[in-house]
Amino acid sequence: MSLFADTGVWLGDLAHYRGADGIPARLSEHLVITAIAVGAAASLALPLGLLLGHLRRGGRLVTAAANASRAVPTLGVLIIFSGIASIGIGNRAAVVALTLFAIPPLLTNTYVGISSVDDDVIEAARGMGLTGLQTALRIELPLGLGLVVAGLRNATVQVIATATLAAYVGGGGLGTFINQGYGQQDYPQVLGGAVWVAALAFAAEVSLSIAQRLVTPVPLRAIAGEGSSVRRDRA
Amino acid sequence: MATVGCVRANDWICPAYVSGDADAILAALRQHLLLTLGSLALAIVIALPLALLVRQSRTGRLIAIGIGGVVYTIPSLALFVLLGPVFGFTSSLPVVVALAAYDVQVLLRQVLVGLDQVPAEVREAAVGMGYGPGAMLLRVELPLALPAALAGLRLAAVSTVALVTVGAVIGSGGLGSLLYAGFQNDYHPQQLTALVLVVLLALTFEVLLQGAERLATPWQRAGRRSA
Repeated sequence: MSLFADTGVWLGDLAHYRGADGIPARLSEHLVITAIAVGAAASLALPLGLLLGHLRRGGRLVTAAANASRAVPTLGVLIIFSGIASIGIGNRAAVVALTLFAIPPLLTNTYVGISSVDDDVIEAARGMGLTGLQTALRIELPLGLGLVVAGLRNATVQVIATATLAAYVGGGGLGTFINQGYGQQDYPQVLGGAVWVAALAFAAEVSLSIAQRLVTPVPLRAIAGEGSSVRRDRA
Repeated sequence: MATVGCVRANDWICPAYVSGDADAILAALRQHLLLTLGSLALAIVIALPLALLVRQSRTGRLIAIGIGGVVYTIPSLALFVLLGPVFGFTSSLPVVVALAAYDVQVLLRQVLVGLDQVPAEVREAAVGMGYGPGAMLLRVELPLALPAALAGLRLAAVSTVALVTVGAVIGSGGLGSLLYAGFQNDYHPQQLTALVLVVLLALTFEVLLQGAERLATPWQRAGRRSA
């Protein structure tokens, strides 16, 4: 199978690592889109999840949002957003769509992480005279942080996956190689692009899993187990 | 063809498009359903024996879940094309196989959860009643594991319906192709119709499989009635 050899050649060709159409440029587009979308989603979902989790309210709503988002095709939302003139084609439509898809995993994990802190611990905190805000920030957040980071991991991996589709609505990123390669029936390029996409998703998964482990308090690690999070979705 | 106002105006909501293109829409829906069912069937055929194979072995479980986890991390479009050299670059086959691979991961976990949940007393009682390993599996363990397995199937089905859409960009057909063609021709009613149908199809699976879960747990309803 020379296709594999050709893909190796494509991946190893230094010419593909230069210029505005090069792999580093597409990789950085991919990373920037992902960072903006996850950042925007986190600035919304984290405070909301912390608040709802602290009040232990709205759990059904959070679950319903997560379930509903699973049924919505990411490609469809990307396409329709790029067709709505006020959002605009290209990067902006992609960023808005990706932000929306990053919210449910962040919100669900934050809510579950915060709301499942042991009742006795909360009671002890109250007994020591901590206010609601102090309890949230000093007790619930540190204890639930592992799941919060798990939400960040799930959201990031999902956004990296969906950002691949952004290339089809003029949003750039690593998906460009797959789209372009199909157009030119250049399958080594298609496969090379896919290898980069998969590697990026995998790197995000591994590094954020390590981060999750580091922020989980030591006694909770054994209970939480490796890679624990609220159900993860594919994109 | 008489051009109706909303078609000419390229409105997002346009009943005239839906009635005019009903045949193409139904064909896309059918193809979407076939691809979904194909992936799910393939996943069940793989996940069930795999669960029985690895359930007694800690190492076996770790390997199966570990490999599944790595596959699950690969974004769908990347996985479709990475399967291209084996299953072809422009067909629906890599889409079915890739989505089945994701579904195996979900189903395997849930079947193992279900089997692990069977209480030891129930197993002992079955042994006491003279059940051999085969009868134990078929008549005690699998029925008790069914609700958890069905919950996994529901999850897998809903996300598969959504992900089949992505296959359109490599020419797998289905509602995604309707959507993508609508994008390329800048034809709004076709895009929104396809999106709405994908969501409706996913919700249909959700509702049907929730019903199946309820049927599979008659003891829960009996408990509620007597309580």
